[in-house]
Amino acid sequence: MDEFLRREIIMDHYQNPRHKKECTDNTYQKANTNNASCIDNLDIYMKTNDNIIEDICFNGEACAISTSSCSIMISNLIGKTIEEAKEYIENFENMVNENKYNEEILKEALAYNEIYKQNNRKNCALLPYVGMKKLISELEKKETKI
Amino acid sequence: MNREDFPMLNQDIIYLDNGATTLKPKMMIDAISDYYSNYGANAHRGDYDISFKVDQAYENTREKVRKFINAKEKEEIIFTSGDTESLNLLVRGFFENIIEPEDEILITQSEHASNVLPWFRLAKKYGCSVNYIPLDDNHYVTMENVKKSITPQTKVIALAEITNVIGDIRPIKEICEFAHKNNIFVVVDAAQSIAHKKTDVQDLDVDFLTFSAHKMCGPTGVGVLYGKRQLMESVEPLNMGGGMNESFDSIQEVILKELPTRLEAGTPNIAGVIGFGASIDYLSKIGMENIQTYEVKLRKYLIDKLLMVPHIDLINIESDSGIVAFNVEGIFSQDVAYYLNKYNICVRAGNHCAKILKKETGVTNTIRVSLYFYNTEEEIDALVELLKDKEKILKEML
Repeated sequence: MDEFLRREIIMDHYQNPRHKKECTDNTYQKANTNNASCIDNLDIYMKTNDNIIEDICFNGEACAISTSSCSIMISNLIGKTIEEAKEYIENFENMVNENKYNEEILKEALAYNEIYKQNNRKNCALLPYVGMKKLISELEKKETKI
Repeated sequence: MNREDFPMLNQDIIYLDNGATTLKPKMMIDAISDYYSNYGANAHRGDYDISFKVDQAYENTREKVRKFINAKEKEEIIFTSGDTESLNLLVRGFFENIIEPEDEILITQSEHASNVLPWFRLAKKYGCSVNYIPLDDNHYVTMENVKKSITPQTKVIALAEITNVIGDIRPIKEICEFAHKNNIFVVVDAAQSIAHKKTDVQDLDVDFLTFSAHKMCGPTGVGVLYGKRQLMESVEPLNMGGGMNESFDSIQEVILKELPTRLEAGTPNIAGVIGFGASIDYLSKIGMENIQTYEVKLRKYLIDKLLMVPHIDLINIESDSGIVAFNVEGIFSQDVAYYLNKYNICVRAGNHCAKILKKETGVTNTIRVSLYFYNTEEEIDALVELLKDKEKILKEML
């Protein structure tokens, strides 16, 4: 992805974040994700139905990288199954950590394919994924209990 | 001024994060290196020459600290690992023993975590309460509000002399005078003030004062707890071990040493304390009044320039210290800090460990510039030049 396009995508999702709203609906699960070394602080909400992610939204305060990364992640995950979501997350993490990954499923999230060059911003890009993983693992715990 | 004394300034950086820690002069670094290279024995132990030299150097720093803050006796100075440990030692070793459930602790909403959380724990454990002295429109502590906040239950007022976000200087002397008339202890967290203005504990009449060496050109890992002799006598050690006991036997009879060693168990941070002594010499030579005058002038220079930039929201226009907090309209503070970092400018973004301050200011996060005597007008020009162009920030912040 060329630098110009990368910047366009990130700034677009930062200045007009998708699915960013307050969520008071208690049929959604909630997870907070924040960065110990900085001030990014996001709440992510997810609603699932029979293993399918029906909706996700988020709220909070974070930098351009975290906010845009969250907006893109959510846009890519709505409608996916939990297994598909896990595969997507793994691919994103692999890209940020300079391992092999599948470009196709990441779509706009490819805008972070060079974030590894800025060590201090890697965690910003990964922050929403930490929250998403929390939500999935809580959901799976709940299901094993049933 | 004195930029040539700081090896870090040989790099191409503009360091504006002095509230977090200050840079180190070469003479301080050399003092530590000299200890490790030439007389690296333990303190208070051996009967040989170099160990004696260590004792002297270690205790000399105590005397230097005494003089620096004008304490009456050097036994009133305890070395800790830093301001945080000093406050925790004080709360657990002193206030835990005298606090009653009906007692009240007064702090403010602009305190640093280290002057909040130890009190929270005390309150949770003993059922006493932590209340806040309200701040005025400038987020200052006024005598009027202190007087209004005190109740018959108030046991202690714990305040920073200068806060780390707003940078206001609190009227500590007046607070002490009023508090003592009402039998209230006053604890002063001097972390942000000790290196920026003259401190005279006898003149202020504070009961306790805490600070860190690293915020005053000294090494990390060293701090001070000062307390009036009579009060310090009842501070119980949190750490038991070597160096602080006179004798003990198998039936568990333990006799502790006198102050100050009683509160400094184990091998202390000798190298750090020796380096700290050098940093006190260094600051004393420049003169605390000179440092403060220079800083206030430089701050005014920065404020005047920032006021000319329409998209800068200043949080604390008025303030007598070198701390300036602001935001660039519509841009998250962390993104601005990343942008400045690309030009080797070091500033801090965030809530600066004052997490309850947002209730007062309505602003969660800010960019903080904290100045020191080695900063220059040229550095401020470079900073403001980069902040002037909002389009450039938006373009380059990623």
